[in-house]
Amino acid sequence: MFGNLSERLVETFKGLRAKGKLSAADIDATLREIRKALLEADVALEVVKTFIASVRERALGDEVSKALNPAQQVVQIVQEELIVILGGEARRIQFAKNPPTVIMLAGLQGSGKTTLAGKLALWLKEQGQTPLLVACDLQRPNAVNQLQVIGERVGVPVFAPEAGNGSGNPVSVAKDSIKHAKQKQFSVVIVDTAGRLGIDEELMKQANDIRKATDPDEVLFVIDSMIGQDAVNVAKAFEDGVGITGVVLTKLDGDARGGAALSVAQVTGKPILFSSTGEGMDAFEPFYPDRMASRILDMGDILTLIEQAQKSFDEEEAMVMAEKMAKDAFTLEDFLEQMQQIRKMGSIKSMLAMMPGAGKLKGQLDNIDEKEIDHTEAIIRAMTPKERRDPKILNGSRRLRIAKGSGMTVTDVNSLVNRFEQAAKMMKTMAKGGNPGIPGMPPGMGRAAMPKQNKGKAKKGSKSGNPAKRAAEIAGIQPPKQDNSGSSFGLGG
Amino acid sequence: MFWRKKDKAATPAVEEVIVQEPEVIAQEVVAEEIVEVHEEPAIVEGIVVPEPTELVKVELPKRNLSKGFKAVFSRIKFDVENLDDLEDVLIQADFGVEAAEEIVAAVKVRAKKNGSKTEAELKAVLTGLLTEKMTRDDAALNLDSGAQPYVILVVGVNGAGKTTTIGKLSNYLVEGGAKVTLGAADTFRAAAVEQLETWATRSNSEIVKPTVEGQDPAAVAYEAVERAIANGSDVLIIDTAGRLQNKQGLMDELGKIRRVIEKQLPISEVLLVLDSTTGQNAMTQAKAFTEVAAVTGIALTKLDGSAKGGIVYAIQDQLNIPVKLVGVGEGIEDFGFFDAKEFAIGLVGER
Repeated sequence: MFGNLSERLVETFKGLRAKGKLSAADIDATLREIRKALLEADVALEVVKTFIASVRERALGDEVSKALNPAQQVVQIVQEELIVILGGEARRIQFAKNPPTVIMLAGLQGSGKTTLAGKLALWLKEQGQTPLLVACDLQRPNAVNQLQVIGERVGVPVFAPEAGNGSGNPVSVAKDSIKHAKQKQFSVVIVDTAGRLGIDEELMKQANDIRKATDPDEVLFVIDSMIGQDAVNVAKAFEDGVGITGVVLTKLDGDARGGAALSVAQVTGKPILFSSTGEGMDAFEPFYPDRMASRILDMGDILTLIEQAQKSFDEEEAMVMAEKMAKDAFTLEDFLEQMQQIRKMGSIKSMLAMMPGAGKLKGQLDNIDEKEIDHTEAIIRAMTPKERRDPKILNGSRRLRIAKGSGMTVTDVNSLVNRFEQAAKMMKTMAKGGNPGIPGMPPGMGRAAMPKQNKGKAKKGSKSGNPAKRAAEIAGIQPPKQDNSGSSFGLGG
Repeated sequence: MFWRKKDKAATPAVEEVIVQEPEVIAQEVVAEEIVEVHEEPAIVEGIVVPEPTELVKVELPKRNLSKGFKAVFSRIKFDVENLDDLEDVLIQADFGVEAAEEIVAAVKVRAKKNGSKTEAELKAVLTGLLTEKMTRDDAALNLDSGAQPYVILVVGVNGAGKTTTIGKLSNYLVEGGAKVTLGAADTFRAAAVEQLETWATRSNSEIVKPTVEGQDPAAVAYEAVERAIANGSDVLIIDTAGRLQNKQGLMDELGKIRRVIEKQLPISEVLLVLDSTTGQNAMTQAKAFTEVAAVTGIALTKLDGSAKGGIVYAIQDQLNIPVKLVGVGEGIEDFGFFDAKEFAIGLVGER
């Protein structure tokens, strides 16, 4: 349904490359895409609005217009701003001077409090603490039982004087647990409370009563990373109703982008301390704002990728190549060279792995056979220099010789020559600024050749005028289109 | 609405279920042929058209969908100039950017055509539009094949409210005179079986539990089917462990559970439980679960909170899966059938 942000931005930026400078309109177009991406990542609308406004302000400033690659700069700003909101430096749990340290968990139903209580207990235990779990969720059927099982699994005692299932007073259980912890010298008390709705005043009051009764050092607001726009309301309700000191994001092992993290951090101004990332009791880690920023935008490691692509392609080589194309002097040698360029960027698969949304592309990733490049290379290397420069002379016996020499079949040689001819024809057309939509052109190249703005760029030596770079763009920057792209270079299936 | 035959040896029971359009009331004529319809299906909107005789009707629990919705529209001035603000409002209700844009465009077209200008008129346009788009004739539970026991498989991500939904649904069916068996195939989460057992006790239904801890859920499901056939149940509801849709191994497990059940009985209904607080990820969930488990309906839970669950609009629209049930609280009675009109009215806050 949704293309990822990097894909969209690449589209938006395509038009900007030639300019080198961003106009206010360009920035707004970019920001519209970012706004949409944030909303699709479930960042709350009001948070998106403030966020976009501040990014816009920075983007219009000097730092962008003077930057070498302004489009990239905008992405950079977005990421930086995201990290700022998500909490630049991570905060650790605040321990009480006089033990026990009391940590209270609060959140909606099904956000994962009880499981998290177990994970937190295990984590603390591994750090040499002696935690005690307290079962104050007397509401949900068998929540107490669940906590007991979890306590057993992680080897942490559970204070559960009430059986729950709707009976018992959670406030007094909480109060008693502190006494119990002091007596038995537990260093940390983790209070699991019932899930409650932000709008349920009675239950919010109860949560506040538990807070008053236990005077916790930390009140952690546990929130499901899949939550949508309601995150702001919920966060506000808990901040106003109970007062929270930090946030824990759960179910981050899912594929939700987790825009809620941004909403909650922005609305409450409280740091996100931990993320919970799986079914296992040890699937629990401190929160990393930078990773979250990339995740929300579904950016993957796009900046690294852009950098890498830039390094790998020699500007001069690109110029020569563009000229050759225009003159119809594109040979199999160049074809080979291009392929090696692509290879310089590293393994295609590992490059794709850096890409946002690559997880969804597993199937397509497997379709890209890097051996194909090897094969193509082998075939070209089995040719004489003359043959490489002028493939037209390749008759039947030459092809047979090449096939034998490269360990491939004649059919393979034929298909390579065909692909090359099509690619050369298309590049020529493109370099001359013609319509690249020639019939019989492989579908992958069609997309590569699509943008009209490529017209004439080759002569300026601009990057994207370079067919190899375009090929790399297809190979790397637009993963969903990978299925058949680059087939002219023998990369596709 | 659930119908079951009184005499189990007799002809297959057929339940026709809630129908949203009032026109269907006309079909009440058909009901005259029936000997034993005890109550007049008057209170509820939908009308039941039982074909064979001897059916027992289950009343629809009362619910109040609109309580969480009202705040939405108080934020904006709703007039012709501000129709674009409507998009923001819909986005805030988790409709998603694309659906929101689409709805606003449609409202504009219709408002122009009808000459709607006042706030009340525009709200009526929106309510009408949403009701139309979201009303479906397949929003009732598939309990009409007569092939009892009907098997309902309940799936969803962690914490969506599967077990609670099962408890409520079971109670509802039992109150209507159905014999219900629950299958505790969530053998993973700590105390999940016990939680379901509590609901089984509350709802007076039988439960099939794993014989050893951490037993293969498919095995539990198989035994549950066997048991349900043996004890003459009308409905078998199978609980499964919550799983995130991107966990391939767990999703495969679900496929296995499904196949194992189908060895003995057809599955009447695969209910995907969606937490209404979930945002755009609900779409991904619906897609993934449909792929492995052939979801036939959605149960939208936790609608008693401030979340709007607008994503179901896009899910119904794009994936063609009807929303069937809604959950509005932790109480055993806190659930009902999805009604597009009520959903729309609740959202817009005005009739």
